[in-house]
Amino acid sequence: MLLELDDVHKSFRDSETRVPVLQGVSFTLAAGQTLALTGESGSGKSTLLHIASGLEQPDQGRVLLSGTDLTRLNDRARASLRRSEIALVFQQFNLIPSLTVAANIGFQARLAGRADQDHIGRIVTALGLSDQMTKYPEALSGGQQQRVAIARALAAKPKLLLADEPTGNLDEGTAEGVLDQMMHLVAATGAALLIVTHSRLIAGRMDRQLHLSRGRLT
Amino acid sequence: MRLRPLAFLCLWPIAALAQGFSGLGTDAEGFAVPAPNPSFSFPADHGPHPDYRIEWWYLTANLTDPDGAPYGLQWTLFRSALAPGEGEGWQSPQVWFAHAAVTTQDTHLATERFARGGIGQAGVTADPFRAWIDEWTLEGADVDNLTLTARGPDFAYDMTLTADGPLVFHGEGGFSVKSIEGQASYYYSQPFYRIEGTLTLPAGRVPVSGTAWLDREWSSQPLAENQDGWDWFSLSFDDGSKLMGFQLRQSDGTDFTSSTWIAPDGTSTAYPSGAFRAEPLAHSTVAGREVPTRWQVALPDRGVDVTISTLNPNAWMDLTIPYWEGPVTMSGSHTGRGYLEMTGYE
Amino acid sequence: MTRACLSALMSHWRRNPVQIFAYLAGLALATALWSGVQAINAEARASYDAAETTLGEAQFDRLVSRQGASIDQDTYLALRRAGWQVSPVIEGRLGAVRVVGIDPITSPTGFGALDAGGPLPLDFTGPAQLFANAQTARDLPDDVTVTLTPDIASGVALGDVGIVQRLLGRDDLSYLTVAPMQPMGRPDLATVAPTLRLQPAQQGASVAQLTDSFHLNLTAFGLLSFAVGLFIVHSTIGLAFEQRRPMIRTLRSLGVPLNTLVTLITAEMLGLAAIGALIGIVLGYLIAAVLLPDVAATLRGLYGAEISGTLQLRAEWWLSGLAIAVLGTAAALAGRLWQIARMPLLASARPRAWVMASGARLRVQALGATALLIAALALSLFGQGLMAGFALLGCLLIGAALLLPVLFNWALAHLQTLAKGPVWGWFWADTRQQLPTLSLALMALLLAVSANIGVSTMVSSFRTTFVAFLDQRLAPELFVQVDDAAQSARLEAFLTQNKAEILPLLSTKAQIAGQPTDLYGVRVGQTYRDNWQFLGATPAPWDAVQAGTAVIVNEQLARRADLWVGDSVQISPDLDLPIAAVVGDYGNPHGQVVLSEDLFRTLHPDLAPLQFGIRTDDTDQLRAQITAALGIPDSAMINQAAIKAMSLAVFDRTFTVTAALNVLTLLVAGFAILMTLLTLADLRLPQLAPVWALGLTRRTLGRCELLRAVALAALVFLCAIPLGLALAWVLLTIINTQAFGWKLPMYLFPADYLKLGLYALMAALLAALWPATRLMRTRPSTLLKVFANEA
Repeated sequence: MLLELDDVHKSFRDSETRVPVLQGVSFTLAAGQTLALTGESGSGKSTLLHIASGLEQPDQGRVLLSGTDLTRLNDRARASLRRSEIALVFQQFNLIPSLTVAANIGFQARLAGRADQDHIGRIVTALGLSDQMTKYPEALSGGQQQRVAIARALAAKPKLLLADEPTGNLDEGTAEGVLDQMMHLVAATGAALLIVTHSRLIAGRMDRQLHLSRGRLT
Repeated sequence: MRLRPLAFLCLWPIAALAQGFSGLGTDAEGFAVPAPNPSFSFPADHGPHPDYRIEWWYLTANLTDPDGAPYGLQWTLFRSALAPGEGEGWQSPQVWFAHAAVTTQDTHLATERFARGGIGQAGVTADPFRAWIDEWTLEGADVDNLTLTARGPDFAYDMTLTADGPLVFHGEGGFSVKSIEGQASYYYSQPFYRIEGTLTLPAGRVPVSGTAWLDREWSSQPLAENQDGWDWFSLSFDDGSKLMGFQLRQSDGTDFTSSTWIAPDGTSTAYPSGAFRAEPLAHSTVAGREVPTRWQVALPDRGVDVTISTLNPNAWMDLTIPYWEGPVTMSGSHTGRGYLEMTGYE
Repeated sequence: MTRACLSALMSHWRRNPVQIFAYLAGLALATALWSGVQAINAEARASYDAAETTLGEAQFDRLVSRQGASIDQDTYLALRRAGWQVSPVIEGRLGAVRVVGIDPITSPTGFGALDAGGPLPLDFTGPAQLFANAQTARDLPDDVTVTLTPDIASGVALGDVGIVQRLLGRDDLSYLTVAPMQPMGRPDLATVAPTLRLQPAQQGASVAQLTDSFHLNLTAFGLLSFAVGLFIVHSTIGLAFEQRRPMIRTLRSLGVPLNTLVTLITAEMLGLAAIGALIGIVLGYLIAAVLLPDVAATLRGLYGAEISGTLQLRAEWWLSGLAIAVLGTAAALAGRLWQIARMPLLASARPRAWVMASGARLRVQALGATALLIAALALSLFGQGLMAGFALLGCLLIGAALLLPVLFNWALAHLQTLAKGPVWGWFWADTRQQLPTLSLALMALLLAVSANIGVSTMVSSFRTTFVAFLDQRLAPELFVQVDDAAQSARLEAFLTQNKAEILPLLSTKAQIAGQPTDLYGVRVGQTYRDNWQFLGATPAPWDAVQAGTAVIVNEQLARRADLWVGDSVQISPDLDLPIAAVVGDYGNPHGQVVLSEDLFRTLHPDLAPLQFGIRTDDTDQLRAQITAALGIPDSAMINQAAIKAMSLAVFDRTFTVTAALNVLTLLVAGFAILMTLLTLADLRLPQLAPVWALGLTRRTLGRCELLRAVALAALVFLCAIPLGLALAWVLLTIINTQAFGWKLPMYLFPADYLKLGLYALMAALLAALWPATRLMRTRPSTLLKVFANEA
């Protein structure tokens, strides 16, 4: 199994009181599989995604990536795992503003030490970014920025792609196009995809769907 | 810069009056005060009286050159004491200062000197008579036969004087009352000098001759609190008689006057306040001030009623202590020449 | 409405306490250094003024003894009785206090300072009474009645001549001042007082002029630190405005008129500026109070100028501090308000602070910098006068500061292409991106570091030159001062008998080539030939001087009178001599002419040498012999070693002050960096979060922040070295020559610069430490909020 979450609990401090966000979530994701995580605003979907990526630590429970328990690793080891195994696409601010599109796309692949120029070239062409490579992120439209983020995520050949509302800031038409290209590339690279969305349309295109409500899967 | 200390020196009469007049011969600061019925002793009294606050040797002269042009000359040595008595060297409380001036019809040259007592820079001895400050001197075997010298940046004079008559005592035998409250000074004059010598003026040396008048006065409180200044006249008439008269201007607009009529033989008559009258007829703007430069002067008891004109209205003594002092001529009941001093027009 | 608006505006500060702290602290620091330095200068100037008005004698000619002895009181009286309008002065020492006695009745100045309104010292009949300020009064004997008079110069007590004579147990006088007005027909001095000579009034050599160089240093420091402080203020104001754009937009769309908004913001910012400035004035007072004793010691040792060791709160410095702080703020504010006034109502609320500096903006900056540097070059080639020198300094510094971001942008782009690996590439790119926001702080650091390099190069060069000069001039092992001609003759006979090499020094004051000049007669010998080094000379200058056919002049006279080797100077009405050599002279600002002893004696037959230099192997023994044989007191002799030690001690004091100011300016610059980084921290999160998400730990990011500060400081330091050296060059060759008449050779002190560079790196590192630590401790959830849906 690629990713396995086992009885994950997480709560946040809100001034004095502790607000529970996740209350015993467990699921698995196999290599090459796609999974949609849906739920109301504040149901804890983003938190679950952050914990799955090792960006945040759960209060309780285990997160296994290819059998390695992320919760037992230190910050540096988790960062290292993030560099090589996991790719993330967020709703916004995915890109490093000081780097060009080309540098952004190649950044994670080079961090992971496997920058495959042919592979990157194919992704860039597939996402229609060939003309944008020397620009800086601020010069791109929102849809273009998200395409760059997806290109960067897939350029590093991750085993797991985690996407948090990747098309949430885009208009419907653009969102559709971006999603199509992402799905196509995920299939082509064989990565597993966990996508957080509140769109039934998007969720419907995944292999599996999980619904999160008040911190529990239903 | 040194104006302030000297201005301070000049303020002392006011300070003395604030102490009040004790009438016991000394005031509160220990200075002697003049008393009625004085008996003078000469030549000693020609010398200084350090127990009194202030004293002067005041010489004025009316001169003419060979062409008949008129000149005036002044030489005055003042003594001012910070404390009564003498002291050794620099500790002497006596301060001396002197004024010298020459007046012509169109110029008036004046200068001054300062000295500390006790160190020999200035002083007066009675026998032989010798009054000096720096290189200025008024000296001779006695006061009847004197030489006089003074120098400034732009003028100098060297004169000899010979007295032709006796000393004249003002007021009650030399006790000259200056106010209704009784402020007084010791005051006598030698008005009978013949004088000749040389004036050194910017234009050159001028031989001159004429008459001179020496006033000797010492006191510890000459002005009353309500007195703003004085107008003092020394007049020598062409008939040989002379008149000394002054008025002290009081803040209420009235005047306190005093005068002495001097016959050609030197016999004198003193007049109480009110006998002598002086009224300004015209003013001139002098050094930015309005100063009376034509006067109507009268002593009805002697039939004197004359108009006084100044030789040079601009005879302003622009010194640390400023005042007006210059030669005058007169017309009317009498003719003659004289000197006028006006203070308090500041 | 006003209150509601104001509270909305102020809420920004409550949310961003670091920013308001930066604003207040920046202003406070700037004002503190400025007003501290101004306070020291004001105190010194007041002391010089007091000295001038207390003594007030420099403006008058004097009569002094030809033999350098005192004057009999009888001579004074003889002069007065001959018509000479002179006034007596007696000077002496009561312990550490210089006591001056004058005669207020005849003095052309009167009691000077006392004239301002204190009680008049006319009671010279009373007990021993002196006038002095409170500090001096403590040093006077208990039996002296002292009237406290604050305006009198420190170290001086004034009294009546008779009282001072009594206190000193003397009956003579030191000199006579000559009144400007003298009577006609006054006899010649020679016939009245042949033992005296007329010494013309000293023109243009007051203590204030002497010490100007020192105050120039202080002022330069003050101004630079103020500039640095204003950089802080400027960038804080900039940030506050950027961050408050959305609020301003909202307020305006809610119907607040633009005028009201502008007025409120102006009032708010200026009010805060006044608070910061007041804090700064208090700090400045403390700085001045701490430094003043060292400054006072320096000035006393270097120039013999007494300045009061106690600080007074003088309006001239604290008001100027307040005014300049508020004006500086107003200037920074004006541009921002202009932007608000022009901002469309619904302009993007997105902060633009980290928008990449556009090429156009950098080009404008580069053009401005080039223009200023060209102007500086032109001024250095063709400029005349002190003002041109200062203009040159200004152009140089501002031009260099403007050029800094341009250079950095270029250098960082270059480093980025050279970088191996994605992290380094990102590091340089990210550094370059931050340049627009950091550049003000970096400019401040550049100015601080280059000012330190410049000023310390100048001071150290001066020290090196001065020490070499002392070695030249202080070749004799022992120096003796005698009182009169008789003693002088006895000493010379005694020394000749003992076969010591004697270097008698004859001196008088004269007016040469229109300049007040000291005329010296020296016995030309091996010592002079071996030791004196010239700025320019004929092949055998000493031979010509010895033969009486030429003179040596010092650099001050040469520059002021526009003379050089080969030109001719008039030494006396019927003697013109060529200049054989020009000698550097760093001990005084006066002109000097050196003649042979024989020529001097021909010109001034009645002057005897009163100073002697003696070559000897056994200084102590010779001192003892001179005292025993001639009765010359030991206090009239001084060893070469003692003079050198004294001079060096003085310089060490100077260094204390310079070093303290160095550290303070660096601290201010470091503070500027710290404040910029802290206020930037929140804005930086969206830039750092993706990098973190991609697999760099927060610790790595924190280290990068530290490294970035150090790298930038290192680049600044690289730029500061040439700028600092240029600054030193301008100070040494242009400002010094214009202001003091001597050109100082420039020496380099690489070890010092290296140390300074280390300090600059440390300052940057310390400044970045807190923001970096904060970043390392940022919670993941805070970073993740960046990515979260705005909705």
